[in-house]
Amino acid sequence: MTAPLSSALLIGVGNPFRGDDGVGSVVIRRLRGQNLPGFTIMEETGDGAELLEAWRGASAVILVDAVQSGVAPGTIHRLDATAEKLPKWFSHCSTHAFGVAEAIELARTLGELPPSLIVYGIEGLDFSAGTSLSPEVAASVPGVVSSILAEIRGLAGVKTAHIA
Amino acid sequence: MNAKTIKVDVLARVEGEGGLFVRVRDQRVTEVKLNIFEPPRFFEAFLRGRKFNEAPDITARICGICPVAYQMSACHAAEEAFGVHIEGPIRDLRRLLYCGEWIESHALHIYMLHAPDFLGYEDVIQMAKDHPEAVQRGLRLKKIGNLIMTVVGGREIHPINVRVGGFYKAPSKEQLKGLTEDLKWARDAAVETCRWVSTFTFPDFQRDYEFVALRHPDEYPLNEGRLISSKGLDIPIQEYEQHFAEEHHEHSNALHSALLERGSYFVGPLARYNLNFEKLTPLAQKAARTAGLTATCRNPFQGILVRAVETVYACEEALRIIAHYEVPDRPYVEVTPRVSIGHGCTEAPRGILYHRYRYDERGLITNAKIVPPTSQNLKTMEEDLSEFVSARLHLPNDRLQWQCEQAIRNYDPCISCATHFLRLRVERE
Repeated sequence: MTAPLSSALLIGVGNPFRGDDGVGSVVIRRLRGQNLPGFTIMEETGDGAELLEAWRGASAVILVDAVQSGVAPGTIHRLDATAEKLPKWFSHCSTHAFGVAEAIELARTLGELPPSLIVYGIEGLDFSAGTSLSPEVAASVPGVVSSILAEIRGLAGVKTAHIA
Repeated sequence: MNAKTIKVDVLARVEGEGGLFVRVRDQRVTEVKLNIFEPPRFFEAFLRGRKFNEAPDITARICGICPVAYQMSACHAAEEAFGVHIEGPIRDLRRLLYCGEWIESHALHIYMLHAPDFLGYEDVIQMAKDHPEAVQRGLRLKKIGNLIMTVVGGREIHPINVRVGGFYKAPSKEQLKGLTEDLKWARDAAVETCRWVSTFTFPDFQRDYEFVALRHPDEYPLNEGRLISSKGLDIPIQEYEQHFAEEHHEHSNALHSALLERGSYFVGPLARYNLNFEKLTPLAQKAARTAGLTATCRNPFQGILVRAVETVYACEEALRIIAHYEVPDRPYVEVTPRVSIGHGCTEAPRGILYHRYRYDERGLITNAKIVPPTSQNLKTMEEDLSEFVSARLHLPNDRLQWQCEQAIRNYDPCISCATHFLRLRVERE
């Protein structure tokens, strides 16, 4: 269950049967095809306690989830969770009410945040039951994928430092 | 007439989001509408034309907290339809998997969602500042439930190892033995949870509920049994639709289930406990009595305590199964589809989950019906709220809101996140 020390995690959160909530999984599946040494790729439904467990001992975590803050659908939010509190709207709609934002804030309180935690939130439009993404949200996927790839290249240094 | 409408965000800690509307006229509650739950109609439609063996995995997506319950009800339905009954180690493995789900779901609800209400915190994040060891205990308990789901189910969330007829792969004896030490810790932690929760203050509240749960001659109910109630219902699950019906209410997407003869009813831990107390292990019974419970508990606010007692039971039952486990010769029983109807009703952590499927000769689903525990409790929740709010009209709205949230969380409702912005609206006229 526990990630090995100094490992990095890429976590896609969401329910593929909840419309735009599935975008995290879509992004993660695109990234699975890439060569990402040192990264473990996971898909989660957004159970906060599960996330706390998943990133225990991880050196760096990148997490992708759908959000609903009220801006244009497809907008990409990037948050450094170790530096700032997650805004309230981040916990809009996870499968569990104890979701991503709650997990991050609880980890902060308990002193269990990973050294690096970058959160990508993709603004969703329609979270009703269904298996397809809104066009605006689907269109944002390539941009998120390339941002995360750039992020991973940047993190390579962080990871090496931890291994040493 | 002095009319006042107040809107507030509520129910931050139930699954997803929803809404509660209360109308007060001349100091009397005249209307309560709870719009929190979207029935799984999309899934019922999505299942049409799919193969029988896809139903467990597809329906597992309905709820992130109780995928095992959906898988089990779907499997049992297909097995009944195709004339197969699962016994021996495969049956035990299913019980073990279900124990894992109960442990993780109950730990989540007790520690992360409901305890903060009783201790006066806005949420578990605030509670963790003053009670870090309790929160850590809850997290570890939940993790051990998930561990069972990983070892037996193949994955923690949406276990992939479950199939109609059994499992794709049976775990080895060593794999299960490896859970023993964690489960012994979990059992002790669950007993401690009972003690901890028993120190909370419970509002004095109860009504004349009709409790409905499964009952099995030999065991505390998980996968199988007859459906019984505290007011005399005693039927095989196949007769469910002759006694229960779903009503559509204009105010919500939700379907409210009702007993045709008597109306609202109550499913979940309190119902199971009241109808099956003597089937609990001696340790679970002792933990209940030490916590101040008797064999009957009618106060829904004490549901948190009963969840803790059931967690003790689930840990002990898991330990028992692991100690006696022998790897089955084959991890599953082959089924042959035929034109038929199948029923499944199992005890999800929050109450009975009913599935009914109609299959054609190739085993394709031609019709599906799924009744989750939350839609079965909706009517009871609204009735509770009506009485509860009536006695608390003197409270300011923010205080009232808090207490209403706590009352709703008694039922550990699974709230669809399709209805995005949950609000409590109190209209005082």
